[in-house]
Amino acid sequence: MSLSTRMSFGKELIEIAKTNQQFVICSADTKACGLEEFGKLFSGREFKFGIAEQNMMNAAAGLASCGKKVFVATFAVFATMRACEQVRTFICYPKLNVTIIGTHTGLQVGSDGATHMAIEDVSIMRVFPNITILQPSDAVSAQKMAHIAVDFNGPLYIRLHRNPSPDIHNSSTYHIELGKANVIRDYGNDVTFIVSGIMLGKVLEAVEKLLKLNIRAKVLEIHTIKPIDKEALIKAAQETRAIITVEDHTIMGGLGSAVSEVLSEQCPVWMKRIGIQDAFGESGDAEKLYIKHKMAVDDMVKAAIEIINKK
Amino acid sequence: MLLNQAANDTVSFLEQKAADIRKDIINMIHHAGAGHPGGALSAADIITALYFHVMNIDPKNPKDEGRDRFVLSKGHACPALYAALAERGFFRMEHLETLRQNDSILQGHPDMNKTPGIDITTGSLGNGLSIGVGMAMLASILDKEYNVYVLMGDGELQEGSIWEAAMAASHHRLKNLIAIVDYNGLQINGWVNDELRIEPLEEKWKAFGWQVIRIDGHSMQEIIHAFSISKKMCCPTVIIADTVKGKGVSFMENVAEWHGKAPNAEQAKKAVFEILHGGENNVAFNKNVVW
Repeated sequence: MSLSTRMSFGKELIEIAKTNQQFVICSADTKACGLEEFGKLFSGREFKFGIAEQNMMNAAAGLASCGKKVFVATFAVFATMRACEQVRTFICYPKLNVTIIGTHTGLQVGSDGATHMAIEDVSIMRVFPNITILQPSDAVSAQKMAHIAVDFNGPLYIRLHRNPSPDIHNSSTYHIELGKANVIRDYGNDVTFIVSGIMLGKVLEAVEKLLKLNIRAKVLEIHTIKPIDKEALIKAAQETRAIITVEDHTIMGGLGSAVSEVLSEQCPVWMKRIGIQDAFGESGDAEKLYIKHKMAVDDMVKAAIEIINKK
Repeated sequence: MLLNQAANDTVSFLEQKAADIRKDIINMIHHAGAGHPGGALSAADIITALYFHVMNIDPKNPKDEGRDRFVLSKGHACPALYAALAERGFFRMEHLETLRQNDSILQGHPDMNKTPGIDITTGSLGNGLSIGVGMAMLASILDKEYNVYVLMGDGELQEGSIWEAAMAASHHRLKNLIAIVDYNGLQINGWVNDELRIEPLEEKWKAFGWQVIRIDGHSMQEIIHAFSISKKMCCPTVIIADTVKGKGVSFMENVAEWHGKAPNAEQAKKAVFEILHGGENNVAFNKNVVW
């Protein structure tokens, strides 16, 4: 286990801030991603708003409108729902340079339960024009994303996770190009797993199990959920004719929907969406929740066998 | 208040400019066939004072980092703002006729990316003060001494986000933030204090840590005096401006129906006549007059 994506991102942002004076942070009394000390480290560069997210999001718009790069950090449930209209109308519509860091996403949140688990944040943010959406799959990719976010100009949503998750990528070889999916495994043309976020680790376990069953899978990692890499999706669909999407998020409106939207129009093939099925989360151990919601490694193996049999 | 000749001239000039802007408002909304005349007319004197006397702005350099900022939190009153910007030279007067039409630079609510001189996109009520908080906070970091003016409606004070912003502004001692409440007393379905009481208003702002100035929002003399003293405070200032919805047009004054309705050709003609020559009570209204 390494750092959580949220702590990795926050830690790197602090590193960058030491040499880059061009951005400020807005916070609303949470322990979201380790930026609580930002104001002490960098005097005058943190604005605290108390527990008042609508005001914070609008103030971020005001700061950005005066030419400053702004990071807003809070739990994703508050960023995307309590301050939803402020994100839409005052950040996305005027195309302001605000990066919204949404933490505590998916069932992985665990014990805090449904109120604090953002399982619909991608669905909400994805429909706003002008916004870009990124999600890292481990601490290494989160670290890289901090640099991408600092250099980015425009509305950006970064989806981060509460608990530590296994390291997957090698820092020296892993690369993120905005809007380009990464091929993480390519064992053959039986099925493609398209995954975003920390579920990548489980998908990699699943494809190894499938390989032992002589089923050869590909794995596409979608770090940029919007704009999604249509070309890569279509290529995978053409090559394998069977697609399984995996996300720690509701299957309605998230990655699975985004992939379906592209493929149903441009290359219809058999699909299966693994994710939360029209249900709220609940308190408990995340691994047990994944089993309950049919998002565990064995569910992925089963889904692959089923979908290949349909071809 | 005693005024010298120069100050008298300023007041006369601004009153004349406000009349021009009122005339523009009526013509624009009539031409568009939709819009919000009532709240635009109630805010016209305040907006005129800001754009022709108070704010440090340059139509030739509308993005200057050190300029004063204006946030029209009650975005539906934008015909008043568009008229002021055009009269001030931010864009050509001909654009006013394109309000709300396809491909116009003048949207139904302010859009900072389409209209020169608009500092921030607004329209959804209750959000402008928070945006002003962010703008005001940055002045010290940019090492600039600009002021941020936020014009709010009275009805939108019913939104909770306004009071989040009010708390933040005093907490952060944003003395360069000056809010104005266009207290015309009416919202779309009737009297504000019948729909959801906002009184006691002065006490509310004081309790949130603001300096409160109460004025007649149609007295140019009082408006410019209030702005002048608001710059000298050590905390955020709110100017509560008592106004009349539809001010300057007798049949629109204090009539909630004119919150969001366009005048027809005859109504527009009558309205412009009243604005330029005084109300029906002052001047015999002649339908055949050429103007």
